Amino acid sequence: MSLPSKDMMAAIAVTRFGLGARPGEIEAATADPKGFLTAQIRREGADLPQDGGETSAQRFEAMRDFQQQRKTEREQKDGEAATKTQTFKDTQRALRDKIDADFLARARLAAGTNAAFCERWALFWANHFTVSSTKQITSVLIGPFEREAIRPYVFGSFENLLVASSTHPAMLTYLDQAQSIGPNSRASGAAARRGNGKAGLNENLAREILELHTVGVDAGYRQADVTEFARALTGFSIGRDPEDRAGQYVFRENAHEPGARTIMGRHYGQQGLKQGLAVLSDLAAHPDTARHICGKIARHFVSDTPPSSLTERLEQRWMETGGDLAKVAKALIDSPEAWAPTPAKLKTPYEYTLSTWRLIGAEPSAIERLAPILTGLGQKPFSAPSPKGWPDDAQTWAAPDALIKRMQWAQGFAAAIADRSDPNALAVQALGARLTPAVAKAVSRAETRREAFALLVMSPEFQRR
Amino acid sequence: MNAPLNRRALLGLGAGLGIGVTFLGGQAFAASEGDLAKKKLVVVICRGGMDGLSVSPPVGDRDYAGLRGSIAFKPEEVLKLNGVFGLHPQLSTVHALAMKGQARIAPAIASPDRARSHFEAQDVLETGAAGVYGADTGWLNRTLEVLAPIRPVEGLSVGTTAPLILRGKVQAASWSPGKGVDESARLPTLLQDLYKTDPLLGPAFASGLETEAMAQQAITAMAATSTMNMGAADGQKRRGDETARKLGSTLGGFMIQPGGPQIAAISLDGFDTHAGQPGQIATRLSYLDAVLDGLHTGLGAEWKNTVVMAVTEFGRTARVNGTGGTDHGTASTGLILGGALKPGGIVGDWPGLAQNALFENRDTAPTLDMRALFKGVLTEHMGVDRALLETKVFPDSKTAKPLIGLV
Repeated sequence: MSLPSKDMMAAIAVTRFGLGARPGEIEAATADPKGFLTAQIRREGADLPQDGGETSAQRFEAMRDFQQQRKTEREQKDGEAATKTQTFKDTQRALRDKIDADFLARARLAAGTNAAFCERWALFWANHFTVSSTKQITSVLIGPFEREAIRPYVFGSFENLLVASSTHPAMLTYLDQAQSIGPNSRASGAAARRGNGKAGLNENLAREILELHTVGVDAGYRQADVTEFARALTGFSIGRDPEDRAGQYVFRENAHEPGARTIMGRHYGQQGLKQGLAVLSDLAAHPDTARHICGKIARHFVSDTPPSSLTERLEQRWMETGGDLAKVAKALIDSPEAWAPTPAKLKTPYEYTLSTWRLIGAEPSAIERLAPILTGLGQKPFSAPSPKGWPDDAQTWAAPDALIKRMQWAQGFAAAIADRSDPNALAVQALGARLTPAVAKAVSRAETRREAFALLVMSPEFQRR
Repeated sequence: MNAPLNRRALLGLGAGLGIGVTFLGGQAFAASEGDLAKKKLVVVICRGGMDGLSVSPPVGDRDYAGLRGSIAFKPEEVLKLNGVFGLHPQLSTVHALAMKGQARIAPAIASPDRARSHFEAQDVLETGAAGVYGADTGWLNRTLEVLAPIRPVEGLSVGTTAPLILRGKVQAASWSPGKGVDESARLPTLLQDLYKTDPLLGPAFASGLETEAMAQQAITAMAATSTMNMGAADGQKRRGDETARKLGSTLGGFMIQPGGPQIAAISLDGFDTHAGQPGQIATRLSYLDAVLDGLHTGLGAEWKNTVVMAVTEFGRTARVNGTGGTDHGTASTGLILGGALKPGGIVGDWPGLAQNALFENRDTAPTLDMRALFKGVLTEHMGVDRALLETKVFPDSKTAKPLIGLV
């Protein structure tokens, strides 16, 4: 398979692998389009958003305090409909502001970065290991989760990333692992003596690690494997005030289910924490994990139906390198299939809106400018509908109503900024060699700058990548 | 406060509830189509694995209380249906309809999928296939496809993303609350021109524009007739209920418009109750009840021509788990409602909760394939040809014979 021209490759590097062109970005990539991307692969991981830098432990404690406060208020007022006090409302507002600030900082990074492939790669993994604000305690931990458990690991070994995700308080709360207790553990015995019969196993995290994070649903595991894995993971929990490591990951030896486990035909005779880690290690190295995730990488970056030659090459590289994600990223860049000139992917709402900011060399200045359109297009900030994360196929996002909403937003955006721009130059800057005569003509013939701008960002070429 | 519905009042509907509405429209085509042209079908998809034993607690089953432990309902806590079953206390609309013979439960219904994976099971529910990856189009879309030669229909989804159940050969329109489109503007026309050669964006955008025009008519008509009491909204749940009720009545309002949709699908999220189940599911069932209440109100006299089916991808474990919740299971409860329904008892058999009756010693055992329910309603209520039902809409479903006699 031959590669397209350097000019076309530069446009593809910036739009398909990245987040859309910032001013001058396509030119910067033209001399060496592949090298432009490869230079963004960095062992130290992806950039961190410039936010307040609060740790998940601080956030966890703040949310626990709030929940305690709410409980007290309810008891005092005798009913949930009681008027909330000002302090309560202030705390609630402050927590919401933190979540908004996390999301805005991440969006500003995406809009402003010169390493947009690196950012896309990080966003892919954040979505692979989805945690969502659909659970209140998790909502304040999503920003810290991406900072602490995802971004540092995205160009390292997959196993390290898997362990970082599976032991982070955000994941432990989102998938109910923190309270899961081995039925025959000491903690369970103690709970029973206290008359707290509720304490026991929860299989949510175990199931989703198998199904979504590693081997995938068709890997042939059974219900018994899920339950055994859930037993192996008992003890993965979060420290509580006044313990050491309050709000941080802890392994609770006394909650761990004693005994050896058998999972997907393998025997695990280890004790305690080592048992769960051994299972995670085997799952990370499993060929089905390579197949499952490499298929997903190809579908995310290249096409909803990628050529098998591409997925096989990624898979082979994954297996050769023991899941070295830097090497897999490099293999993606080196795959000729990824440079096919026809854009096969439709931008998700997040990619689409951020690429519009990048086009004009700006960053969203307030959450109010960003959140409503993402919510309107079906991608509410930090609120993936399920542990599977956001879909990224065209069928999902190209619903008729979504296109109408994209158009209305494009008109509003154009009204705010277009009078300061030269639409014809913007079209070249946005798409480079991907600019088609039809779009160039439509832009040049527009009645107003606003109309020209809206046509450009609504064009199939801009919405696809 | 009496507030008429208008576009502004509908802004933001569904946000935060995880609610999306999808409907497929039929042009009220020719009067000669007679009764069939009036029939309406709504599918409510409860996503996340809705716990059937909470929807219709079998408080009269002798094994129920023991299995459910701390989260079991006492017989006096449920809305009684018969000697075995009650309804969750939040399902008061459903109960009132059941008392009139306009709501029934199918307490052990399941899709043919047994993997206990949300994503696989939702795929199977929406594609109507015998197994995962068995089809890549939705069965409601294929219903439109086979009806097209008889009563040309077009699809419409309300909600920002296109659900699998209506994806397929028939271009599904979609709509969700938002500001309208200025039809005199040049931009839509210019864009249609740019999309001429784009097989995805072209048809989708054209459909979006048509729907916007229709939605504006429907909402104007509703604003003129609606006297819905918005009430004072205290607390998130009550606000959620009001939003859900409004969404249901809006959908009903759409369906009674001339040329409005005859087939609709709504999604409700948040039923994955692994921990702390009672509070969580009470909220979600209260939203479900409010949507159904709104729909009932919004459809008005047309309720008599309507069947509503509320189903989920799988039920949950019969036993309470270690964290006050339940894990992924198999059979669950389906709700079947509507003025077109014939009164009757439970739909399908109740296998009971004795240990040897549980599926894999764990879940409510399935006794009814949900495709049998769908097929029965499509053929008897919507007039879908039996042969096409088997070959096009639900291929590989011979084992699931259409459930006849519901309407």
